[in-house]
Amino acid sequence: MEKKLVKCNINGKDVETYVDVRASLTDMLRNDYRLTSVKKGCEVGECGACNVIIDGECFNSCIYLAVWAEGKSIRTLESLLGPNGELSDIQQAFVDEAAVQCGFCTPGFIMTAVEVLETGKEYTRDELRKLLSGHLCRCTGYENILNAVEKTMKKRLGKA
Amino acid sequence: MYDFSALYEATSVQHAVELMQAHPSAVLIAGGSDVLIKMREGKLAGAELISLYKLDELREVTMDPDGSLRIGPMTSFSHATKSPLLQKYMPVLGESADTAGGPQLRNIGTLGGNICNGVTSADTASTEVAYDAMLEITGASGMRKISIHDFYKGVGKVDLQPGELLTGIIIPKESYEDCYGYYIKYAMRNAMDIATIGCSVNVVLSADKKTIQRVRISYGVAGPVPMRARSAEAAVNGQPVSEATIELFGNAVLNDVNPRTSWRASADFRKQIISETARRGLRAAVERAGGVF
Amino acid sequence: MVVGKSVKRVDAFDKVTGRAKYTDDLADKSALIVKIYHSTIAHGMVKSVDTSAAEKIPGVVKVLTCFDVPNLPFPTAGHPWSTDPHHQDVADRLLLHQHVRYYGDDVAVVIAEDEVAADQGVRALKVEYEEFPFVLDVQEAMKDGAPQLHDRFKNNILAHTGYEVGNFEEAIQEPGLVKIEGWYDTPIVQHCHIENHICYAEEQFGKLVIVSSTQIPHIVRRICGQALGLPWGSVRLIKPYIGGGFGNKQDALYEPLCGFCCQQVGGRLVKLDVSREETFVSNRVRHAIRYHITTYARPDGRFVARQMECYSNQGAYASHGHGIAAKGAGAFKQIYVDDKATKADAYTVFTNLPAAGAMRGYGIPQVSFAIESSVEDAAKALGIDSLKLRQINMMPVGYVDSFSKNCNYFDSHNQCIEKADAYIDYKRKHAEYANQTGPIRKGIGLAIFWYNTAVWPISLEASSCRMVMNQDGSVQFEIAETEIGQGADTAFAQMVADTVGIPLEKVHVLTTQDTDITPFGTGAYASRQTYVAGFAIQNIGTQLKNKVLSYAERLMNKPAAELDLVDGIVIEKATGETVIPLDELATTALYSLETAEQFSAEGTTQIKSNAYSFGCSIAEVEVDIPMCKVKLVKMVNAHDCGRLINPQLAEAQVHGGMSMAIGYGMGEQLLFDPKTGKPLNNNLLDYKLCTMLDHPDLKAEFVENFEPTNPFGTKALGEPPTCPGAPAIRNAILNATGVSVNQAPMTPHILFERFKEEGLL
Repeated sequence: MEKKLVKCNINGKDVETYVDVRASLTDMLRNDYRLTSVKKGCEVGECGACNVIIDGECFNSCIYLAVWAEGKSIRTLESLLGPNGELSDIQQAFVDEAAVQCGFCTPGFIMTAVEVLETGKEYTRDELRKLLSGHLCRCTGYENILNAVEKTMKKRLGKA
Repeated sequence: MYDFSALYEATSVQHAVELMQAHPSAVLIAGGSDVLIKMREGKLAGAELISLYKLDELREVTMDPDGSLRIGPMTSFSHATKSPLLQKYMPVLGESADTAGGPQLRNIGTLGGNICNGVTSADTASTEVAYDAMLEITGASGMRKISIHDFYKGVGKVDLQPGELLTGIIIPKESYEDCYGYYIKYAMRNAMDIATIGCSVNVVLSADKKTIQRVRISYGVAGPVPMRARSAEAAVNGQPVSEATIELFGNAVLNDVNPRTSWRASADFRKQIISETARRGLRAAVERAGGVF
Repeated sequence: MVVGKSVKRVDAFDKVTGRAKYTDDLADKSALIVKIYHSTIAHGMVKSVDTSAAEKIPGVVKVLTCFDVPNLPFPTAGHPWSTDPHHQDVADRLLLHQHVRYYGDDVAVVIAEDEVAADQGVRALKVEYEEFPFVLDVQEAMKDGAPQLHDRFKNNILAHTGYEVGNFEEAIQEPGLVKIEGWYDTPIVQHCHIENHICYAEEQFGKLVIVSSTQIPHIVRRICGQALGLPWGSVRLIKPYIGGGFGNKQDALYEPLCGFCCQQVGGRLVKLDVSREETFVSNRVRHAIRYHITTYARPDGRFVARQMECYSNQGAYASHGHGIAAKGAGAFKQIYVDDKATKADAYTVFTNLPAAGAMRGYGIPQVSFAIESSVEDAAKALGIDSLKLRQINMMPVGYVDSFSKNCNYFDSHNQCIEKADAYIDYKRKHAEYANQTGPIRKGIGLAIFWYNTAVWPISLEASSCRMVMNQDGSVQFEIAETEIGQGADTAFAQMVADTVGIPLEKVHVLTTQDTDITPFGTGAYASRQTYVAGFAIQNIGTQLKNKVLSYAERLMNKPAAELDLVDGIVIEKATGETVIPLDELATTALYSLETAEQFSAEGTTQIKSNAYSFGCSIAEVEVDIPMCKVKLVKMVNAHDCGRLINPQLAEAQVHGGMSMAIGYGMGEQLLFDPKTGKPLNNNLLDYKLCTMLDHPDLKAEFVENFEPTNPFGTKALGEPPTCPGAPAIRNAILNATGVSVNQAPMTPHILFERFKEEGLL
């Protein structure tokens, strides 16, 4: 099958590789770049486990063609850890609030949280629910995930 | 990995038209949230794809010199919601878009795709039908403009000839001016769902806010394609802002609709919701327009 | 001491950074891909499979069909094996089936170099069937003349058990009794762990090595051996992190088939990655169970006699079988105790639907819906407050079950209800919300539940573990009880730390189970792990500690009996003074030129007890009658699961169970076309799993009565939170509208029909 060169920026680094044009972005990130935080849960954009940030917006990478990534800037969970292995505030909040159980939805959820937090806006709890509603989780009942995002938001806004 | 046999990426509308001519059996893909899923199911397996994804020229919401709102069909749901022009002149379209799927879907799904797949449950379609949107369609022989009412031909069928693509969704000024709309999505979940019934209502009130000068109501899933409830509109146009009018409207819509029973919902249940959403939609639209009950 | 403290999960860092590796993350990309052809009819016989077109597709390596598999029927249930043939699970599966028994049954596989070729191959197979009539309804399936699924089970009845406590017929003769009866229906639902089942296999060192997303590695190894006719030790099963299980992965799913495919391509690496659509249909589901409950009560509310009939829809294959219905029947006579008699009949019946297996709650979510609905209905009929009615009849303190020997030591139910009431103000609101009018009404409902911890005395309870100490006094801890998201590894680490006497960070839990390395144990199910591992850790940890102290005795010339190991330091008990730091002792021992010793301990600990876990759920709702919608406004669960090992993780686990119960009560149901048996909504869009917008804030409360049978005072919590939520919601709707809804999930469709029947619409 036809391969195509895809140049993009992944987690701050300019990269390029030839990908099968039929590949999804999930395929490319997992197989070509070994970014295995990008999970496969449904492959039709319903569960949110494969969510990544592309040019500042969240996308389910399973229903995004790899060739569309040309020229884009992509961020995955792997980008959040500091140079000395320090957790970002939102990762730490997921740990502290017990927002993690099986961990399979966690990377996707955290990346949406990153997008939400980077708006710098303050949201109500209900608004946050809506902003995070594109992810399914079967372990946590969402309660502690919502708490983790809300607390991090308040901290960043100096309100906690 | 998807099972398609070729991918052609259009770099301009003209290029897209040329690609369609060169590959007449190819399927258009805009955001992919519909096409890729069908492909994975095996329905479009082996097809050739023409990608419109890079057509940034079709991603804008602008105003034409005559005051019409022009929505590029590649505009994503979330960009429609965030569009300052829509927020100012026609917030209900952005609100409708904001009910589709979930946040990530709304970043990839497009308003054009939402109507071109000919699906009755499309959240933005009801509102566009309720606002008498005009559609600009471009093909090899140039451009034509048709009403959205004529665009829908049946379940999954729209008036796009081979070699044509949708290049503009236009809301005429007289349609949105002084007009206040409200969209109710009735679904089983509050996110990540398709509408059991979608109901978009808009009104223009008299200057004293006491009379409904013009009401328009459109439904998704009340029939095979998004549809207006015209006899109900006629019954209520000119009526006072009152509880009786609300009741009249809620009952009258049932004469217009034709929902079916499927495993997703019975026709009787849909009728209950159709009637109730008419009441609530009208009430909310009137209140937005400054009417008081 | 760290038991009882909310320490952070031992795996949290890896999970928030993406470093935690799940099965697919570990699979080499060179793996051949296996895709399954599933039956497109509900019942029939495969006459032929034309593989010629599939075999011609570039990239297709091999096609295997139901005509190629060994005739070695095997069971799949994740139960401990029994050496008594009468207690063994029903062996009714083959790797692929000629006799297909549900829409989605496994007929053939295509092994290919990539997934597209494998998919193309599956689509290119031409399967010819002889179609048989099929049956989906559980009671229809029992009738004479109904289509038969398995020859050896007449009228499709997999099992029928019953009991009669007292003399039922005599008891109901008592004059003045009020009779209340109703049918209650629960749906087929699916576990919906976010990671689908996936496994891969390769032959290495003469063994079949299978890496799988499973809850029960040692059990799956045994089943792979049975299915493939291999000595059990020649199968090596490895379980890395898994993305949830909830009971679906308490079955051998596709590991045997994956192993077979590997064997058929010369031991090469093959991967079988199950799609979401397949997960819904061709893994396991929760049994849909239909109940009929008849209650005979005195006007003062005392239950004199109750009777339950139970029809459990097994689907096409036996899997966990009758265990689910039987557990519910057991609950019926225990959670409420009748004055004179209790009678139950439980049938588990094959139908042409996906096989039902274990799912979080194992029969108790179903039976709780029926029992707690029937109690609410009885209260209405008797004109007695439903809480009072429960209190009159529920299991009394001091009750001992003759079979399990479980004892109700405490007044747990009342304590839990009080805690939940304090949060949600149930008693006041329940009275206030009765008799409302208008289109939008509020309601509040309560349900209690009963749960057994672990499987003794029905089945084996034993746990083996190993502790090996390093030079620095840290300990590797290995156990076959698995981390599946619930936080088991963290709870184990806490218990090990306290038992051995070392700091938490010195405990290294080996999270990956590998049957070649990990001591034998049966895995994650029955809310057993913290309970049974507690015994094992207490036993082996004490042995390890004693070895340390004996060595210290020899080295330091102080009697071991006067020493203790606390927080990584050997101290003198009497004074608390340091005798020798553990790292120094362990290093000395390990490198001693005279008496070298690595401190280690391992062994099997048998558990011959069980414990009752109790609690309640209260839901507050707002019912929009014209829209046929229920909005859940507030919800609280209160549990007595003994002493909490880790309160924060316990709370998180309750949230998850509540969420599952909300879905069970309000939206989730796997639907099938009655004309074809074809699944209609086997995807995450059409199957209505709760999203974050479908929940109110969830509140978890606890009553911590120290469980006397367990060294750490703990008992079941994993499954209990899913049990009482749906009936609590049902009773809240009844409180709001006066309308009883006897079928879950209580979707707008059902409410529409019921509101019409009751004249509200």
